[in-house]
Amino acid sequence: MGRYVVQRLGQMVPVVIGTTFLIYALVWALPGDPFAARCGDRPCPQNYVDRMTAEYNLDDPLPIAYLQYMGKLLTGDFGQTFSGASIAAELAQRYPITLQLTLLAILVEVVIGVAAGVLAGIRRGGFVDNLVLVSTLVVVSIPVFVLGLLAQVTFGVRLGWFPVTSDGSLYSLVLPAVVLGSLSLAFVARLVRANLVENLRTDYVRTAIAKGLPRQRVIGVHTLRNSLIPVVTFVGADFGGLLGGAVVVEGIFNIPGVGNMIFRGINAHEGATVTAAVTVLVLVFMIVNLLVDLLYAVLDPRIRHV
Amino acid sequence: MADPTPPVIVEAEAPAATETTVRTLGRDAWHDLIRKPTFIVSGVLFVIFVTIAIVPGLFTSLSPTDCSLSLSRQGPSSAAWFGYDNNGCDVYTHTIYGARASIMVGVLTAVGVLLIGGIAGTVAGFYGRSTDTVVSRLGDIFFGIPLLLGALIVLVSFPGNAETPELVTISKVVLALAVLGWPQIMRITRSSVLQVRSADYVQAARALGAGGTRMILKHVVPNSIAPVIVVATIGIGGYIAAEATLSFLGVGLQPPVVSWGLAISRAQDYVRTSPHMLLFPASALSLCVLAFIMLGDAIRDALDPKLR
Repeated sequence: MGRYVVQRLGQMVPVVIGTTFLIYALVWALPGDPFAARCGDRPCPQNYVDRMTAEYNLDDPLPIAYLQYMGKLLTGDFGQTFSGASIAAELAQRYPITLQLTLLAILVEVVIGVAAGVLAGIRRGGFVDNLVLVSTLVVVSIPVFVLGLLAQVTFGVRLGWFPVTSDGSLYSLVLPAVVLGSLSLAFVARLVRANLVENLRTDYVRTAIAKGLPRQRVIGVHTLRNSLIPVVTFVGADFGGLLGGAVVVEGIFNIPGVGNMIFRGINAHEGATVTAAVTVLVLVFMIVNLLVDLLYAVLDPRIRHV
Repeated sequence: MADPTPPVIVEAEAPAATETTVRTLGRDAWHDLIRKPTFIVSGVLFVIFVTIAIVPGLFTSLSPTDCSLSLSRQGPSSAAWFGYDNNGCDVYTHTIYGARASIMVGVLTAVGVLLIGGIAGTVAGFYGRSTDTVVSRLGDIFFGIPLLLGALIVLVSFPGNAETPELVTISKVVLALAVLGWPQIMRITRSSVLQVRSADYVQAARALGAGGTRMILKHVVPNSIAPVIVVATIGIGGYIAAEATLSFLGVGLQPPVVSWGLAISRAQDYVRTSPHMLLFPASALSLCVLAFIMLGDAIRDALDPKLR
């Protein structure tokens, strides 16, 4: 296990360096004036250009400028917004809210998704199975922002069951979390169903039934546990999608998280704020993926010995 | 948007046991397909959407610039079935004309991803060793950035305005999505090529003295491309949704381009008073995404002999 962790950490280092370099290069080093879009519809004031040039070392060759930028990132300096406020301070304040929202979304997708997948899988071809298959297909094809707007109007405005926008309480995050998690929920349900159907045909399940174990135990313990391993991988890989969706959902429901910061940054044409916030989200995504890989090794002993 | 390939699994149909004549894989797949309701439904939707995208004039006599502010936000009526938007434009006309930009972005992105990822994956899988390592690690780096967040960063750095030509705006979105989306196709192509590489017919070609290019083009690619095409088809749905999301956020397509994402973005401010502005473009978008996902799913089931 220890060797696996070290190996996995070693693999992550070049990817983190490559990814941050890629983002940096995409933002600052592509041909064209990097300041064309930073200050709304007007050209940037010269003192802002000078400040950003100094802050991002744009006069230096790309590799050196990138190294200096990474040095700043590592010490927690994410630069300043257009108005001069510290981006790091704002991120620190907003981060817990986005974390709450995404964790709630994961909770929704796993609990409902697994339940729906199991109900569909144990009676393959039945009514529940077809209902789950059709409804997940419908959910998959509706983009998150459409679902968000529809949910806001229906459950927030018309029915009044949920607050229309965030008021800081956990309850006001429930509807946004359901919207955010809905797409992944559909995938989780299908994944669990497919794995369950496959695992129900295996020899160890036949043995468990043959020795007279109750059906609940056969499905709940023997089959489900093995069917859940791919779900863990999926939730990890899908976390990046959730973060992308958080930008949309936080924008629609006006939740003061990191996604909202990006949403507002785009509308105000504040490129520096947007890129800093996105970089942080990408780093978080990578760390989460690393944790999921480690968790995977805990759940499935076969992985450790590869 | 999540990963553009949904791991969607659809029920495999029972094999038609009565047929006894020998069929090729392609004929066999087709034989399966035309008996599948999901394929017929998605195929019909696909044809309709593509026709709308190519000749929108067939479906409406108005043009998207025929707007009159006096009609602003009027609801559906017998004169305009889908109502009017905030600028007094006919929502039906805009929904019809919006198909072109959305489908163009989806299809072009899939083609771009197929080219970059397909070539990279074939080269990595076929030559192996250090080539494989370099290409795979490069793919890991691009794969580390979630599609939507990455595209957001690229597009924020290259904004357009109303004067940017339509094609430039569209190709910017396509490039942003393709640059970040290729590793997924690369990985699938690579694993598919790895399976084919050691097959007897490839070894036979090698023994007969075929060169690398000839082996790849004549033997490896035709035998390994099926799963790649399927994933790319399903991906089109995801790319269309991603384009709409980016346009909704304000970094994707820009007016005067007519697209579903932009129409929904405009509808956002009026959604409480004029829900028809949201409902019709959103339904068209969802239906189109659904068509591509279902189509890819049905083709995969037909091509995957393991499910039979």
